[in-house]
Formats: sequence, structure tokens, C-alpha cells
Amino acid sequence: MKFHGYRRPDGLAGIRNHVLILPTVGCASETCRIIAGLAGGTVSLANQNGCGEVEGNRRLTQTVLAGLAANPNVYGTILVGLGCELNPVDSMAAIIQSKTNKPLIKIVIQDEGGTVNTICKAVKLAEHLAADAASCQPEEMDASELFLGIECGGSDATSGLAANPVMGYVSDCLVDLGATTVFSETPEIIGAEHILARRCKTAAMGDRILQMCRDLEEGLKKINEDLRSGQPSPGNREGGITTLEEKSLGCIHKGGTRPIAEVVECAQRPAQKGLIYMDTPGYDLLSVTAKVAAGCQLIAFTTGRGNPIGNPVAPVLKVTANRDTYCRMNDNMDMDLSPVLAGEMTIEQMGRRVLDEIVRIADGKKTKAEIHGFGFSEVVVRRMCDYV
Amino acid sequence: MKPINSILIHEADNVATAIVDLDKGEIGRYSCKGGIVEVVVAEKIPQFHKFSVQDVPRDGWVLKYGEVIGQATRDIAKGAHVHVHNITSPEK
Repeated sequence: MKFHGYRRPDGLAGIRNHVLILPTVGCASETCRIIAGLAGGTVSLANQNGCGEVEGNRRLTQTVLAGLAANPNVYGTILVGLGCELNPVDSMAAIIQSKTNKPLIKIVIQDEGGTVNTICKAVKLAEHLAADAASCQPEEMDASELFLGIECGGSDATSGLAANPVMGYVSDCLVDLGATTVFSETPEIIGAEHILARRCKTAAMGDRILQMCRDLEEGLKKINEDLRSGQPSPGNREGGITTLEEKSLGCIHKGGTRPIAEVVECAQRPAQKGLIYMDTPGYDLLSVTAKVAAGCQLIAFTTGRGNPIGNPVAPVLKVTANRDTYCRMNDNMDMDLSPVLAGEMTIEQMGRRVLDEIVRIADGKKTKAEIHGFGFSEVVVRRMCDYV
Repeated sequence: MKPINSILIHEADNVATAIVDLDKGEIGRYSCKGGIVEVVVAEKIPQFHKFSVQDVPRDGWVLKYGEVIGQATRDIAKGAHVHVHNITSPEK
């Protein structure tokens, strides 16, 4: 399978060609939003962080922001800082440059003398960069260059029965084609972590997954919270879910059945191809952000109840097997998987249809979230603790 | 051909999930290996609940998604409702 993508100077394959207006700190986020609104071909995001952070949180912020700039869907980046923040433009630029050699321009609001001067200068620079980006010619690329992030959110009974098994089949097909897929959401694998651990290529990776679950549960115990007791919830049981294993398997099935080739930290770019497990919380905005920061060109999002989110850097394909949700939230939903539940199509037949759609999106077809302009600032960065 | 009303997610599974409410004596119908399999349900199976597609002895594994989701706490006959009253989380 082939698609037309953009070859970046660092060798990676992009499926979009954005200029990213990237705020190093929350104080620069509104300025970036205005710049992106004025300069065509650009995207921006609302970064809440970059100051008032402990060192661990600053590292998380830097990893995610640098990952977004290095994502192959980005042609080049204009980095906008305030000037006195904990995450200064120069150190942020150095981290980005350690990951990629794509175009990068720095602007500091305090040096420019305020927002109006910054906006005027940045819009001119951004338009030049966007014009350069527009001169990039898409090239034919093999599907093995795809890196798909798989997410589920707003789940209902149809998610575990049809949408996640269909996506699992898609993941298996992509892995067999030599591509890379990643799934995550550690709180949702609790109960089935031993099954995932067995599927890792090495025992050490399996141990890491088990340790991620233990760390999560022990961290929550310190604040008297517990993920396991009361699960499955009375609502789940009424809906036919009997055991925690069954509930968690419904979630992890979206990752398919291939061996896990690598286990990575939140927002970390994998070194291997194949099926990847990433340690993230279950919060969809955060987990989608982390996958895009790790380099995913595209996110496939399974849902039961429906969800409008997008991402400034990567298209987000929404699929549901709940026919009612597909009809009622049609402006947010890309694909209707309900024929699987009606017995009109098998999981495999529907999976091939989703795979074809993924390749079309890689080839430039826009998702609903892109058409409507939704989600251009929906980015959440993982936190270790409160701001300081 | 009558449409299916149930789903067997993995060929190795010994439980299927009803897509609609099934009454006692109704036929649960699911696709498997390119064909349609029929199982008479022994009791009411609410929508999205499970029924066994083969006899499962007490302490036997209950499989869905091709994985163990529980262990039978009593003998479960083919066609029976499978839920908290007859299976439990397996001891790890």
C-alpha cells in the first residue's frame, strides 16, 4: 500500500505540511494563537506550561513540545517565548534541534517589545515559512512508513465488541505491512496487564509493563485512591461486563494481537517498528498529545458515545460502532462500524475498509476534525505534581 | 438467511455476546469461520450479555477475545447466561 507524503530533511515521512507556531510558555500561547490565525498554512496550540514547574514537569513539557515540533507532519517551527520563563527559547530550540534539523525560528516577546511587534514579525516569518512549505512536492511512500496512534474514549458496550476489535485488526495489518502502531492508557490495562506482559518480545519489557501498573497503583494509594476496587462498575456489570479482565481486554484489543516490540515512556519516540506500548494516563487529550509528540502522523480514535477532539499536528480519525452516535454526531464521526454489529460485515472486512481510509487520510483526505477546524489547540501535557 | 444477533469475537472463545435481547429458547446466531453458528439460549440473555457456546465445567476457563476473562464457579451448560453468578476473576 502506498500514499503520498512529505520527505523531511531528517528522513521522516509526513502526511501533513504544517508550519507550527509553538509557545514555549503559557504566557506566549495567546500571541501564538493570533499569529496562527493571521498566517495561512500555520497551526498553533495552547501550551499551559513552561513556567512555575518543578524540574520533572519542565522535562515533561520540553519532551512534548519538542516532540510536536519534530513530528514529521510539521515542515518547520516558529518558537515564541516570553523571555523570563523557566523553559527559555534557546534551551527549547536546542532540544528540538537534537531531534530534527527542520527549519526553526526563534522570537522572544520581551525582546520584540510586546505582542503587537511580535505578531507583526512572526506573521511575516510564518508566511515565508508557509510558502517554503507549500513548495514541497509530495512523494510516493510505502505504508511501512506510517506510525499510527490508537486511542479509545467515550466508550460504551459497542467499543469492546466491535470498534476496538476492528481497530486491533487494522493494527495487525499495519504491523504486518512493516508499519508502526502505538496504544497506551495504563489505567485501562489494569486487570489485563499480565496478558499484555506475556505478549512482549522480551521478559524485561513485560516486567516494565507490570512495573508501570504497580507504580500507578502505588502512587494513587498515597492519595487514598484505588483503581481496582469496585471494578467493573455496577453500570459495567449491568451492561454485561463480568470481570475486570474482560473490561480491560475490551480496551487493549484495539492494539491487536501482534507481539509488543517496544515499551516506551509517555511521549517517547520508539526506536523499533511494529506494535508499541506507551505508558500514559487514560485522559484522551493527554494520551493523543503524547502519541503525536512521539511521532505519530495519524490517530485512530474509537468511541461509543462520540467525541469531538482533534489535534493541531495530526489528523484524528473517529470511528464508532454505535449507529445512533454516528448519526447524531455526524459532524464529528468519520466512519460507521455498526455493520459489524448488524452482521452485515465481519471484523476483518470492516478492518480492511478502515485501513483503506487510513491510507486515504495519509494521502491527504481530511478528517472531520480537520474540516471543521476543531481541535487546533487541544493539547495536554502530563504532570508529576502541582505547579510551584 | 436470517441475520446474526450475537458476536463471537475470537474463534477460540467459548462465550458469545448477544447484540439484542434474547428470550429463553430463542436462537443465538453468530458468524464463525465464514459460516453461521446457532445456539439455543437456555434463559433470557440481555443485550450485550454473554452466553456459553459450549459446555464449560466447574473451574474451567471462560474465554473472550481469545483470552481468559474468568473461571467457572459451577458447571455451565451450552446456551446458559454467563455472568457474575457463574464465573469469577481467575486467581493469578
